[in-house]
Amino acid sequence: MSLELIATILGGLTVGSALMVVLSKHPVRSVLYLVLTFFMISSNYILMNAQFIAVVNIIVYAGAIMVLFLFVLMLLNLKQENEPRTSFLIKIASVLAGGALFTVFIAALKDGVVIAASSVVEANDQGLVQNLGQLLFTKYVLPFEVSSVLFIAAMVGAVMLAKREKQMID
Amino acid sequence: MAIDKLILTILALPLIGALINGTMGKSLPKIVVGSIATGVMFVAFALAVLVFNSNHEATFIHLFKVIHLDDLELNARLQVDGLSTLMLLIVTGVGSLIHLFSMGYMKEDEGYYKFFTYLNLFIFAMLILILGSNYFMLFFGWEGVGICSYLLIGFHYSDKEKGMLNGIAARKAFIMNRIGDLGLLIALFLMLMQFGTLEYNEVGNAILAGDLPSGWMLFGITLCLFIGATGKSAQIPLFTWLPDAMAGPTPVSALIHAATMVTAGIFLVVRSNFLFEHAPQTQEIILYIGLATSLMAAFMAMRQNDIKKVLAYSTVSQLGFIFVSLGMGGYVAAMFHVTTHAFFKALLFLGSGSVIHAMHHEQDIRKMGGLKKYIPITHITFLIGTCAIAGLPFLSGFFSKDEILAHALHHNVVIYVIMAISALLTAIYMFRLYFVVFQGEFRGDDHTKHHLHESPLNMTLPLIILAVLSLIGGLLNVPSLFGGNHWLTHYLGHSTLGLNKVAEVHLGDSQTMMLMGVASVLALGALFFAFVKFVKNNSVPESDEQLTGWAKLSANKLYIDELYNALFVKPIEWISAALHRFVEMLFLNRLIDGFTMVIDLSGQLVRKWQTGIVSSYLFWMVTGIVGLMVYYIVKF
Amino acid sequence: MTLAGIFQSGVSIQFYMVLATLLFSIGAVGVLVRRNAIILLMCIELMLNSVNLLLVAFSTYFGKADGQIFVFFIMVVAAAEATVGLSILVMAYRNLRTTDVGLFNKLKG
Repeated sequence: MSLELIATILGGLTVGSALMVVLSKHPVRSVLYLVLTFFMISSNYILMNAQFIAVVNIIVYAGAIMVLFLFVLMLLNLKQENEPRTSFLIKIASVLAGGALFTVFIAALKDGVVIAASSVVEANDQGLVQNLGQLLFTKYVLPFEVSSVLFIAAMVGAVMLAKREKQMID
Repeated sequence: MAIDKLILTILALPLIGALINGTMGKSLPKIVVGSIATGVMFVAFALAVLVFNSNHEATFIHLFKVIHLDDLELNARLQVDGLSTLMLLIVTGVGSLIHLFSMGYMKEDEGYYKFFTYLNLFIFAMLILILGSNYFMLFFGWEGVGICSYLLIGFHYSDKEKGMLNGIAARKAFIMNRIGDLGLLIALFLMLMQFGTLEYNEVGNAILAGDLPSGWMLFGITLCLFIGATGKSAQIPLFTWLPDAMAGPTPVSALIHAATMVTAGIFLVVRSNFLFEHAPQTQEIILYIGLATSLMAAFMAMRQNDIKKVLAYSTVSQLGFIFVSLGMGGYVAAMFHVTTHAFFKALLFLGSGSVIHAMHHEQDIRKMGGLKKYIPITHITFLIGTCAIAGLPFLSGFFSKDEILAHALHHNVVIYVIMAISALLTAIYMFRLYFVVFQGEFRGDDHTKHHLHESPLNMTLPLIILAVLSLIGGLLNVPSLFGGNHWLTHYLGHSTLGLNKVAEVHLGDSQTMMLMGVASVLALGALFFAFVKFVKNNSVPESDEQLTGWAKLSANKLYIDELYNALFVKPIEWISAALHRFVEMLFLNRLIDGFTMVIDLSGQLVRKWQTGIVSSYLFWMVTGIVGLMVYYIVKF
Repeated sequence: MTLAGIFQSGVSIQFYMVLATLLFSIGAVGVLVRRNAIILLMCIELMLNSVNLLLVAFSTYFGKADGQIFVFFIMVVAAAEATVGLSILVMAYRNLRTTDVGLFNKLKG
């Protein structure tokens, strides 16, 4: 099998599972399809030799974040019956808007000048942990530290918001 | 200590006092508050004496740069020379005595700590005014004393009966001063335009080196400076605030509205003597305005029945007297009279404060009388002050007035005659005040009579010290006739820029003798006249309704307030009313209502878009993104 | 088959551009169509991931690792956003007994 064929199949699967996220009626199914989508995207990363990002993607997204989503879903005990319905008109309008967005993006990207592949470097090992780590702790060390502050803020914020004592909304 | 450290300490002391009392005074006991405020003043005075002893040349102390833009450079810089040292001694000396007096006088007052904070702050501002080495610093101090004066005049703003009136009096003083300040500010700008600097020394040296601006420029600068001076020093036409300023507590009247702040205008003119010397038209204006003020205020003082009002008009009159001297170029004579006036007018005001204290805040002299038995120390000191201001021979006022009169005689005999009349009036109304208050029978009610008491030591001590100064203050500049050597003239002329160049008038001995004779005769004649009228005939001032002719005119202050009311206040009110009716109601209101209506209507329209549903917002967001992208694709 | 050099073996960068745009648009449509707030958040995650995909593609294409670092930061932000978003949602559900964004209309004045 050529790489081209693998990439095409993977791309198709990614789009398909992403569509299913939107189309499934049951929220839990949506979550599971989203996990699948993330796995597909990770496979794409591996194809592009970005192993570190691929692994992190699975750990963080498919592992942590999606579990959080599932957790919340179960906690709230949402069922298919009380899944809110959307009117047909809005559905049409939304699909039209999404289609327009896609068309416009493609139209914009189509004219983008892409540097020919000839100038692309042969050695393709920048996605390895060592390289990324070096870059992260030298050039991007300040944003890296700042992002840790962001995490603390998010954690404190989440705890504060989820506290039961005070009613936030009347 | 070096001179600059001394001066900085003197400046810092009242500021520190004000800061301590202003921040913590509320929780401190009254005795501590008063002691801090008075203590810093006495220390400042002691240091001022040290400065006086050690300094003989003009010294400059550069503090910091305030504004530096292109060519414009304004510095916080101090200048210590003869003139500022003299003023420094007056301000800290008289100031500390008045602080001491206030400790007794304000004892019962609610805002004790506030009072001393303002008082210290005033001293600080006044020191900046006199010690600055440029007009910019002077202006800073000028505004500082203005605001303190405002705060202190309206000090009893919460008084149940008179609180409103006190507030109005304070406002009047503030607004009148503002008019003068505008003049001063314009003068400063003109000076910057002409000389490019506000330093006394640089302006003065340029002038003295013969680099004269055009006549009109010089006239404009000096006239605007003088307008500033009329505001602060209560001259025609801006004098009506000073009598009203008597609404403030009596020590304030003594310190600010008699001894120090109101002499700021005179200080300004003396400082700028080099400018005025080359602007004879302005000098003429000063001369005639001073003369008119002096005579008019003396006339008004004749029939006032409020003990403090008499003194207030007397102050205006004396200030006019000093301005006449300035108009004739008699700068040293003016400073001499400023000094002696500070002594005896502070004494008189504090004496009246003591009387008011004894009378339980009754200020109407018709309800007094015969007080000499009850408050002997106040009586004696008040008598000394009265004699000094009336110009009885060999008291301080005698010498200083005489010097001004000598200038007048040298200048023009008509002016001399008018000033002699003014001096005569001064003597008459002061003796009238003295006789009505202290001689004769007590005319108040029994309750007050029962409680008449001499003031405590911390109030009488300043009186005694000031009385001694009023007695011997004339020695500062004794004419050669009595073996004097014009010490003040030499002292001021030695280190103050411009004053050594100004020709002082020194008449011959025989002329001096003649002048002094006339002055003595006038003063004694006034004494005799007042004695006959108020003691022998035992006549008490009539109530306002019975007055006729000139007396009524005097009692009603020549209707100046009413005149100003009709000339300025009423037209402004009319114009405002017209603007309100036609411009505001018909035009502006509708315009603004229209605006709000348009916004309201468009809001009503657009708010339908704000459904509050997140999906719809998202939809519009996507539409917006698509729109933007399409725009850029089409454009490029 | 070698993992290195996917773009040397005939796969064009345009392929990934289209793929990422398609994923992004699907996410956007999902945000518009679905009314369950949790699904909305999930669709946002999908959109973020499409951007990540494009970043990695370009990073590999140009042989520069910076793009992947940005992916890393986007993940950080996404994780933070998901936690805060979900806790807000739980709070809202507790008060309103629904996760239907159509009923979250307190913003209406």
